[in-house]
Amino acid sequence: MFKILEKKELSPGVFRMVIDAPRIAKKTQPGQFIIERVDEESERIPLTVADFDREKGTITLIFQAVGASTELLAEKKEGESILNLVGPLGKPSEVAEGIGTVVCIGGGIGVAPVYPIARAMKEAGNKVISIMGARSKEILIMEDEMRAVSDETIVTTDDGTYGIKGFVTTALGQLVERGEKIDRVYAIGPVVMMKSVADATRPLALPTVVSLNPVMVDGTGMCGGCRVQVGTETKFACVDGPEFDGHLVDFNALRTRQGMYRDMEAEAEKEHKCRIGLGRDS
Amino acid sequence: MMALSLKKHPMPEQAPEVRAHNFEEVALGYDEETAVAEAERCLHCKIPQCRKGCPVGIDIPEFIAKIKERDFDGAIAKIKESSSLPAICGRVCPQENQCEKYCVLANKGEAVAIGRLERFAADREMAQNRPVEPIHYAEDAKKVAVIGAGPAGLACAGDLARKGYRVTIFEALHTAGGVLSYGIPEFRLPKEKIVKKEISNLEAMGVKIELDSVIGQLYTVDELMQEEGFDAVFVGTGAGLPRFMEIPGENLNGVYSANEFLTRCNLMKAYQFPKYGTPIRVGKKVAVVGGGNVAMDAARTALRLGAEHVYIVYRRGEEELPARREEVLHAKAEGIDFRLLNNPVEVVGDDKGWVKAIRCIKMELGEPDASGRRSPKAVEGSEFDLEVDTVVMAIGQGPNPIVASTTPGMETNKRGNIVADPETGATTKPGVFAGGDIVTGAATVILAMGAGKKAAAAIDEYLKNK
Ligand SMILES: Cc1cc2nc3c(=O)[nH]c(=O)nc-3n(C[C@H](O)[C@H](O)[C@H](O)COP(=O)(O)OP(=O)(O)OC[C@H]3O[C@@H](n4cnc5c(N)ncnc54)[C@H](O)[C@@H]3O)c2cc1C
Ligand SMILES: Cc1cc2nc3c(=O)[nH]c(=O)nc-3n(C[C@H](O)[C@H](O)[C@H](O)COP(=O)(O)OP(=O)(O)OC[C@H]3O[C@@H](n4cnc5c(N)ncnc54)[C@H](O)[C@@H]3O)c2cc1C
Ligand code: SF4
Ligand code: SF4
Ligand code: FES
Repeated sequence: MFKILEKKELSPGVFRMVIDAPRIAKKTQPGQFIIERVDEESERIPLTVADFDREKGTITLIFQAVGASTELLAEKKEGESILNLVGPLGKPSEVAEGIGTVVCIGGGIGVAPVYPIARAMKEAGNKVISIMGARSKEILIMEDEMRAVSDETIVTTDDGTYGIKGFVTTALGQLVERGEKIDRVYAIGPVVMMKSVADATRPLALPTVVSLNPVMVDGTGMCGGCRVQVGTETKFACVDGPEFDGHLVDFNALRTRQGMYRDMEAEAEKEHKCRIGLGRDS
Repeated sequence: MMALSLKKHPMPEQAPEVRAHNFEEVALGYDEETAVAEAERCLHCKIPQCRKGCPVGIDIPEFIAKIKERDFDGAIAKIKESSSLPAICGRVCPQENQCEKYCVLANKGEAVAIGRLERFAADREMAQNRPVEPIHYAEDAKKVAVIGAGPAGLACAGDLARKGYRVTIFEALHTAGGVLSYGIPEFRLPKEKIVKKEISNLEAMGVKIELDSVIGQLYTVDELMQEEGFDAVFVGTGAGLPRFMEIPGENLNGVYSANEFLTRCNLMKAYQFPKYGTPIRVGKKVAVVGGGNVAMDAARTALRLGAEHVYIVYRRGEEELPARREEVLHAKAEGIDFRLLNNPVEVVGDDKGWVKAIRCIKMELGEPDASGRRSPKAVEGSEFDLEVDTVVMAIGQGPNPIVASTTPGMETNKRGNIVADPETGATTKPGVFAGGDIVTGAATVILAMGAGKKAAAAIDEYLKNK
């Protein structure tokens, strides 16, 4: 059992949880994730480790309640526990000194996984420019944290309620235009966002790393459910990734595979709501 | 004396039309009278050929004699001298290629039902729920880490604990058992009644099981030995890496590896969706590619999940099917449609990215190859489409590289299997032993269990001399 030490709703439907998991905290590196299972009946779902504190033995998860499993997690209160937590999983980000200028782009909830990478890049002495995108001002998360680890932070909102009006690619374009010499781009967020960043950087030959989020089961390379197409190869995102060269990823295939259970997930969500008494026909 | 029957006493089973729609165990087990009657068929040969066929050398005539005398406790005690998991092996051993193949009665009629008798003795003991004696460890007992809670790891841990070592098993998944829990379906091997019971008996004895612990990620083998204080390590991580055919269309929605399909169903209980949160897609028509036990399990699972028509697509013929005969017959009785001598060349998708058919080419058998098997050759121009909405690839598993790739000094062969001494399990790294599917490639429960036992004996030797 893993105890939830802190819980906070960062923006509507987006939660931050600090969990007591000393073994995992000790080993996690930026870019890695965990798989959790709330109780005996629930699904295993992957979530990025958004932060870790080796001394306190805690890890931080930031997640959006989008369906039955994330809603179930969101209902857990401070002081309660989740049944299973396995990690760290996946390969760590390749953080090194002397990379130069790293642009860290987080779209929506994707700010959470990009944060530890930005921090590690900064600690390693690189110049970090962060771009944070959100649909609207009130759903922007982790602005202070990102500012604290970045040399420069740019915010974009789709509706123009804060920062630059437009998408993260708008801000990236401005950086390129002003002649910023960029050595590496990290882009984490919705598939459409990662795809448009990769499409933008490909003609400029800017190395671009994306973090993929296919449906997973075990997270150890045993089931192959997380397979993604990267160039001519099929890769297992949980062990070969989750980070890949954005210029090689087949994002359309990823979108399709993510939707494999869409209608069933809707059924699960209805069932879940019935059980907690929100549904009408229970 | 009454003439002995040439046939085994039949196994009581659920009727095919009933069992094809539930996940309850198919074979129901002998009752006492049937078991004793079956035991009476054994000739108690002076030189029992049957023992040759048992990879762990169970004293078969002895335990059968005890059943005949109705000394059931004595029978199970005899079996346990050589086997740690009799209720499991009695169910899933490919007996027809092992012990029963060599039984003298097999020449004239049917072999003694050794597996069924073993299961009977083990089930009878389990039903009594006898409390397990916890082990009293010495103050300075040495510590051994076992990686993987499959049959190899469980057997190794049990034997080491009985020898007085403090054993911790590290298991990647949230449930122990390995393939016994995530692969072999409930209807062949009940999880609560049998697998969990064996595991909780080990825990009651004093073996510690750390679930959710992926070695290579959470700790490396070197860290276990240098920082976590383990004096020796046994690696029993199995053959868990699914193979795909590398044909076009394999990443379409609706294509599963057998591992994923079976894991969703067995481990995550997707057959009870949405009560259990993990979904699984079966659709109306399913093609399972392959001809081994894994393929039979996947096909029969698909049927139970509600598929209307399930094909087995296999590139060789009936005689070459590597699955246990009994399982092939069970599958046929349940209505699985065998399309033999057909090889998939492509999975065909619709415009939304979902499977709509599997394109196959007809095969014919050529001359026997070096292994004695007749190798199949494609019949040119014979491609045809089988319309299906789900495809399950059950064409084999390789070794998962996570442990090997993080353990310097422990050699693997070119297939990625760990190199280990077949008698002791010793790897090329001092203090590290290995056994089961990770060493041999996908094999059987009894072989994995036997490897675990041999390694336990070798680890004991190693630590006594250290
Ligand atoms: C390596 C990895 C790291 C991740 N890190 C985070 C994280 O830090 N925070 C976070 O909020 N989420 C993260 N995700 C996504 C998260 O796992 C999914 O949101 C979750 O599994 C959805 O489960 P559900 O039952 O709540 O929703 P579902 O009912 O399964 O899905 C609801 C909706 O979300 C879509 N969806 C389902 N699975 C995914 C997925 N894997 N990615 C994107 N969309 C999906 C569905 O198509 C559907 O439209 C990560 C995924 C991976 C693979
Ligand atoms: C569907 C199916 C049906 C089968 N049917 C039969 C049958 O009828 N009869 C028969 O005799 N055999 C059968 N087999 C084969 C048999 O199950 C295997 O040969 C046997 O389970 C191998 O045992 P093992 O202990 O070596 O490995 P496994 O049973 O594979 O166990 C390995 C364990 O190690 C864990 N692990 C892996 N990597 C790590 C890591 N890095 N850290 C921690 N833990 C890790 C895994 O999660 C797993 O629990 C079948 C196999 C399958 C897949
Ligand atoms: S363990 Fe398997 S091979 Fe050995 S006697 Fe039992 S059924 Fe036969
Ligand atoms: S070979 Fe057959 S008949 Fe002879 S002892 Fe073994 S089981 Fe009995
Ligand atoms: S999640 Fe199963 S192999 Fe990646």
